[in-house]
Formats: sequence, C-alpha cells, structure tokens
Amino acid sequence: MSLHAQDDPALREAQEDRLRAVWKPPEGLFLRWTDTNNNRVGVWYVLTAFGFMLFAGVLALIMRAQLAAPGNDLVNASTFNQLFTLHGSMMMFLFAVPMFEAVSIILLPQLLGARDLPFPRLSAFGYWSFLIGGVFVAGSIFFDAAPDGGWFMYPPFTTRTDLSGLGADIWMLGLSFIEVSSVAAAVELIVGVLKCRPPGMRLNLMPLYAWYILVVAVMILFAFPPLIAGDLLFEMERLLGWPFFDAAKGGDPILWQHLFWIFGHPEVYIVFLPSIALFAMLIPTFAQRPLVGYPWIVLAAVGTAFLSFGLWVHHMFATGLPKISLAFFSAASEAVAIPTAVQIFAFIATLWAGRVVWSTPLLYAVGSVAIFVIGGLTGVMVAIAPFDWQAHDTYFIVAHLHYVLIGGTLLPLFGGLYYYWPLITGKKLSDRIGRTAFWVLFAGANLTFFPMHLSGLMGMPRRVFTYPAELGIGNLNLASTVGSYLFAFGVLLVCVDLALSPRRAKSPRNPWNAGTLEWLAHPDDEDWGIRSVPLIESRYPIWEQKDFVQKVDEGRFFLPDAEEGRRETIVTSVIDARPVQVLRLGAPSAVPMMTAIALGSVFILTTYHLYTLALVGAAATLALVLYWLWTGTAEIPEKEEKPIGHGMVMPLYISGGSATGWWAMFITMLADATAFSGLVFGYYFFWTVRPEFPPTGPGFDGPGVLWPMVALALTAASWGATVAARETHARGGVGTARILLAFGVVASLAAIPAGLAGPWLSGMAPKLHVYPAIVWTLAIWTVAHSGVGAIAQGYALARSIAGRMTPRYDADVRNVTVFMHFMLFTAVVTYLTIGLFPEAS
Amino acid sequence: MKRGLGHRVRELRVTLWTLIVPPSVWAAHFLFCYLWVAVSCAKTGGFERFPIAFVIGTLGALAIIAASGAIAWAQAKTPGDPPPHDEGTDIDRTRFLAKSTLLLAALSFVGVLFTAAPALMLTDCR
Repeated sequence: MSLHAQDDPALREAQEDRLRAVWKPPEGLFLRWTDTNNNRVGVWYVLTAFGFMLFAGVLALIMRAQLAAPGNDLVNASTFNQLFTLHGSMMMFLFAVPMFEAVSIILLPQLLGARDLPFPRLSAFGYWSFLIGGVFVAGSIFFDAAPDGGWFMYPPFTTRTDLSGLGADIWMLGLSFIEVSSVAAAVELIVGVLKCRPPGMRLNLMPLYAWYILVVAVMILFAFPPLIAGDLLFEMERLLGWPFFDAAKGGDPILWQHLFWIFGHPEVYIVFLPSIALFAMLIPTFAQRPLVGYPWIVLAAVGTAFLSFGLWVHHMFATGLPKISLAFFSAASEAVAIPTAVQIFAFIATLWAGRVVWSTPLLYAVGSVAIFVIGGLTGVMVAIAPFDWQAHDTYFIVAHLHYVLIGGTLLPLFGGLYYYWPLITGKKLSDRIGRTAFWVLFAGANLTFFPMHLSGLMGMPRRVFTYPAELGIGNLNLASTVGSYLFAFGVLLVCVDLALSPRRAKSPRNPWNAGTLEWLAHPDDEDWGIRSVPLIESRYPIWEQKDFVQKVDEGRFFLPDAEEGRRETIVTSVIDARPVQVLRLGAPSAVPMMTAIALGSVFILTTYHLYTLALVGAAATLALVLYWLWTGTAEIPEKEEKPIGHGMVMPLYISGGSATGWWAMFITMLADATAFSGLVFGYYFFWTVRPEFPPTGPGFDGPGVLWPMVALALTAASWGATVAARETHARGGVGTARILLAFGVVASLAAIPAGLAGPWLSGMAPKLHVYPAIVWTLAIWTVAHSGVGAIAQGYALARSIAGRMTPRYDADVRNVTVFMHFMLFTAVVTYLTIGLFPEAS
Repeated sequence: MKRGLGHRVRELRVTLWTLIVPPSVWAAHFLFCYLWVAVSCAKTGGFERFPIAFVIGTLGALAIIAASGAIAWAQAKTPGDPPPHDEGTDIDRTRFLAKSTLLLAALSFVGVLFTAAPALMLTDCR
C-alpha cells in the first residue's frame, strides 16, 4: 500500500482493530497462563527471578545473624552449610542469569522494533522450566534437604553418598534443568538480535544493549554446556557409582573444578555485561547525547567475552597446578581489566561531554560503578597468584565477589528498574523513595562488605558457621551484620516503592526523553509490540529521524496490518538488516508449559531414584516436543508472499541459512557440541594426569578397534544419506529423498548397538575404574545422539509423506541436515578417541 | 602500487566472522600454551624452554593479529564523507566493523604478549 493510504484514519483504525484482535492475550483462570507474548512472559520471568532474589537474600540475613557474634548458635553447622550453598546457587542460577534473560525478553523486541522474539513459545517453555526447577531447588531447604556443598559442589565430599544427602542430587538435577532453559533463552536471544532487527538497522546502528545481549548469549552457549557435561558425570558417579572424581579408581576431583570453572568464570561476565548494557542505554539518555565511542563498547563486550574463557584456573590457584599454568591464567586475568575499564571510561566520557540530568536511575548507575570499581581492584589483587594463596577461601574473597556482583549486577538492575519501570507500567517510580533507597543500599553494601576485607585478611575462613572470640574479628562481623540489615532495608524501600506504583498516575510517553526505539512504547500499552516496523537510519531514531514517532504510530512504516489474522514479524539479514521474510509467530499455547512440566518430571523423579516414572516423563517429553514441532513449526503458508508496505513484498516461508529455524538448530547444536567437548576433555584429562591411561591389566580391555569403526561407518552413511536426501529433494526427487531418509533412519538405529558393542563385548566394567566409565559415557552420549538422529530423520520422512514438506517448503530436511553434520562430528571424535587412541598411546 | 593495495584491502568482505579473528587467534594461542605445559609437566615433569613450536606459534599469532589489524586499519580509513561515521550506509557499517576489529586486534596483541610472558620468566613445573 502507498503512503497515501495510511492518511485515512478509518483504515488505520481497521488495522489497529485487526492487530488488537490478533495479539489479544488469552483469558480465563488457566488459559491466561498459556500466553506466549514477550510482554507477559517477560514480566512473569522478572517477577519470579525477583522473588528468588528476595528469598536468597533472606537466607543471607540468617547467615549474618548467625555470624553477628562469636560462638553464636542461632543455626547449627549443617543448616549454615545449606544456607550459604543455597544463597550462592540461587543468586547465580535463579536470579542473576534468569534476570538478564527475563529483562531481555521484555526489552529486546522493543529495542529491535519487532512484534515479538522469533520463538515466543520457546521463551514460555524457558520460563516454565525455570519456575519448576527454581521452586524445586529453593523449596528443598524447608525439608532440611537443601544442597550443602557450596555453590560449586566440589567432590569428593559431594559425590560420596555416605557423606552428602539428597541435596547434592537436587542441586545437580534441579539446576541442570534450569541450564536447559538458559540455553533455550540464549538461542532465542541470539536469533532475535541477528535476524529480527528492523529494516535498516545495520550492525553499526544496533542499540548497544543488543550488542551486549548477543555477546552474552553466545557466552552462555560456550559456558553452560561444560557444566551440563560435568553435571552428567557427577550424577553418574552419585547414582551409578562410576568413579569420575574418585582418585582411588583413577578419577580426579580436579576435573570437576575445571568443568565447573570453565562455566563459573564466564558466568561472572554473563551476569555483569547485561547490567552494564543497561548503563549503555540510560547514560546517553541522561547525558542527552549519543554514547561516546560506540566501537569501543563493542570492543569491550567482545574482548571481555573472549578473555573471560581464559580465566577459569584463577579459581584453582591453590590446587597445586604447575606455576606456569597459573601464570597463563593470571596474565589473562590482568588483561581482562583492559576491556572492562574501556567501557567505564566510555561512560564517563559520555557524561563529561553531555548535559547531565541527575535522575534516580543515573544515581544508581554512578553509585554501582563506584562499588564495582572497588571489587574490580581487589580482583586485580587476587588475580596475582601469590596474593591469592594468602586470601584464598577467606572473607577477603567474599568481600571481593560481593563488591563485584552488587556493583556489577544488583545495583545496575535497580537502576534499570527505575529507568524501565515507565516502559513496562506507564508510571514512574518515586524519585524520593528511590534516592533514599539508593543511599541506604550504598551505605549498607559498604558497611557489610568492606569490613570483610579486613576480617578475611585477619584469618576468617569462608563457609564456617562460627568463629572464636580470640580471633578478634567480632566487631568487624557485627558491623557486617548491621550493614546487611541496612542493605535489606534499602531493598525493602524499593519493594515499597513498587507496591505503591498501582496508585500513581500514568506518566507521559517517553518520560526521560530518550532516543532509542524501546521508548516508542505507549503508557496505555497495546499487546502488539509496535504499531508498524520502522525503517532505521540512526542509532537514536527518536532524536534524529524526522517525525519518527508519528510515522510509527500512524502505521506508515512496514507491516502495519494483520490481514490474515496471524501474529507476524519481519526477519532481516544478519549484517545489513535487509528484510527477507515475514515470519509467522507462534500463538498462545499450553504445549510449552506442558513440555516444561514433562521435562521437569524427568529431572525431579530421577532425583528420588524413581527411574521408571522418569522414563514415562521422558517419553511424554518426546511426544510433546514432536507434537509441538509438527503443529507449530515450518507451516506451509496459504500464499507464497505478502506485501509489507512501500511496495515491498516478502516471502512467508524461507528455509536454509537465512531462516530463523535453521539458525536456532545451528546454535542449539553448537551448545550440544560444547557439552560433548567437555566429556572429551575428561577423557584426555585422565590421560594427562594418570601415568598409565588406558590402564593395563585384567579387566581393563578397551573397546577394540572394530566396533567403533563399524559404528562410525554407519553414522557416516546415515549422514551421507541425509545430505543426499536434502539435495535430491531440493531438485524435486521426492521419492528418492524419502528412500534416502528411510535408509538414514535404519543406519542411525544400527549405529546404536554398534556403538555400544565395543565396550559391551569387551566386558568393560564402569564401576571398576574411570577408564571404562569414560569410554561408556562417550559411547552412550554418541548413540543417544544417533537415536535422536533417527527420530529427526523419521520426522522429516513423515513430514514429506504427510505433505507438510515439499521441495519448495523444505525447512525440515535442511534443519535435520544441520543436526546430522554435528552428529557426524560427534561420532568421528568419539569413535576415533575410544577406538584408536588406546592403540596410539 | 601502494594505493592499489590499500584499495584492494578495502574491497575485502567484512563480516561478524572477520571481527572475531583476532580474539580467536588469542584463544587458540592461549589454549595451545596451556595444553603444552599441562601435558608436558604431567608427562615429563618439565618443559623445554622456547621450543620451536612455541616460538613460531607466538610469532605466528602476533603476525596474524597484526595483519588483521592492518587490514582493519585500512578499511576503517576508507575515504569519503566526514565524521562522525555513524550512519546507516554501507561505508559506515564497514568502517564500524573495521574499527572494532582494529581495537580487538590491539587487545588480542597485548593478550598474546601477556600469555607468552610467563614462558619467558618461568623455567620449571613447580
């Protein structure tokens, strides 16, 4: 339609009615929870994470009460262990990471001028998984069954079932489940940033928040899977007695530390960068000018992301690794200070160059940077190995990490809360309460954590439930306790401010006079996300593009209508955001919630050793996922293409490398391959640390060469058949493609017994020694993927037979091929490792 | 001749993948150094000082990062409209990616030097 058509108010009203009907949230006691719109799911997500934060905060207050005086007996040692473990685990896994995902689910579509993220049902699935797993883990403390091994759960105490209870299983399985939802969120956010930007928003015009989110989501892909691999080994040891971390049987507890901290250190930046990203949005607003040094911020985000993967051993300085290894990690730990400082200087420069409006959010931003810098400086200190040996496991470290996390995550989030509250609710929070709360929080944080530097240096160890008066740290601890309650009072003030919000009047639109897209949101919010998808020509379109808000509102940009009654958004190209497709989005559905419940039951039932029921849950999960895919994805549209305005016509269906589904598959498999490399790392790690690996002697036969090679050949044949099926299918050879896919299913299924035959026929006993255990693990991992491959190939075959996949509409077979590429990689590495490596060494 | 080279460099495609070349080289070098000493110390109790692979690996990493930075430098200085280069044009998008690559190259160069430094100072596995 031409520009002229949008001049007609009646047409605009008709369009708005259609959009409103399409985006109408489901109603009813149950059905309202089946909503998938990002503005609802994101808010549930934020509130849940906030609730977990308050819960974990109360745990900390109980700890501080216990530590207020020497020899106190408010709680016993066992309860204290549960308190600090749950406090740390919840703050990290149930607050910091999910909060970033939650905020991004709300903000990202607004920032990108999209109607929603590309996979709204996946967001809903992630939320329900998070809720179920979080309640499971947090609730355990009411049954005296909470995990008690510290948030890092170091073996061997935690793997020995005679020394640790159900808590360790709850930690492993409950949090593994939440890690699944984090990876799901990462997929959603990466594809969202790369593929759902508005036309014209090239990479150099992207809001910096989106840059940070892209970087952080990629970090999740490489950081969380090693922990998932570690969790797997850990539970195999606890449930089955496979001795991965048992030194008496060839295992090594240090392997867990490696896998945990390969996750754990990037994790710190995963929670820090998104909070800093909020500054990158609010500082230009309150400086009333563009951010200084846009490429420098990108340098900081990308540089920090890379370097953060070279820091993990600085948590292991005291484990007796060779000094030169420590030195490499010490060097990287010092180097990461460079990009971190660069972004802070960019913020300072922006404020310096602008006309500063001293608002409440800016107060939080500046105050938290001050606290963060103190934590950063002690970080530089503990990155030096000899200093760390003195401070290791003392309250100095507690002080350091809390300065980093309060200054780098918590206070920035409060700043973001004050900044974005009008965006979500249409109302400002109180400046007076907000500023008072800030100063209480600021004083409380310093009073709590500064004395810990001193008590730590005076010898107070971490994670001990009390201390003797003779140590002379009673007053310092009392100060920390007073400070912690002061801090809690500050949080309470913020909560009061939030609770008063419904009674306040609406504020005007864009109350801070910001320049970025998200502030198009209207106080009387509509559920459609954005009235029309704009053409972007600037980093601050509201400031710099003429009549921008009016044009968006009057539907003068793209996709101003929903003629076919479907939820839609525009997909664009990665670098230059050229429109390539109109994507039909998933509508509200109960399937994501049910899938989360089914998958959750697998993890929770396994915790209680109810394996048969867990298998039922697994079957239900598989059935639900297949139903979800069959009914909700790669739908053949009723017409080839549709106009999106300004004479542009976009296809409704694309497949392959420019489609969102293909990207999601690729990214998911990248995470899967990373988890797999964690297991492979385990194999070679044992080879490194054991003088004889594989061990020799009776009972230590390897899987041989023959069967691993047979399994590899079958997997390769299955891969070849899938690639050939994709190619012949694209050329119209539907019949041949079906035969090839059927052959692929058979080859994948045959690879399962072949993959297991090696260790099985050699009688490898995984409880005996770590060598048979790791060989079995690699073989099981690989054949499980063969099983998934067979299901995927069978799925594509069924889609073809059912007429839901044709040579023109072939996303299914293309996505299955992506899976099979990774399948082949997994098989090559596994079978060469278990089959040929023993021959070579 | 010089002008021709600069022109050809500017014609090179710039993508998100070229952006992460310098830090990826840092990561590869870092991993290589770590694995080298970890395996060497565990298996032999010591490590050879300045083995040829370490020297070539470090110099090679620095060379790739420097080359990547030099290409990015040329691309970032693509002549044309006046600064600030923050518009939605092909040329500004290229300048932005090139400048970010250049900055990452500088950081990665320093990072590789940082990683190599311990191997210059430390002599054994204690």
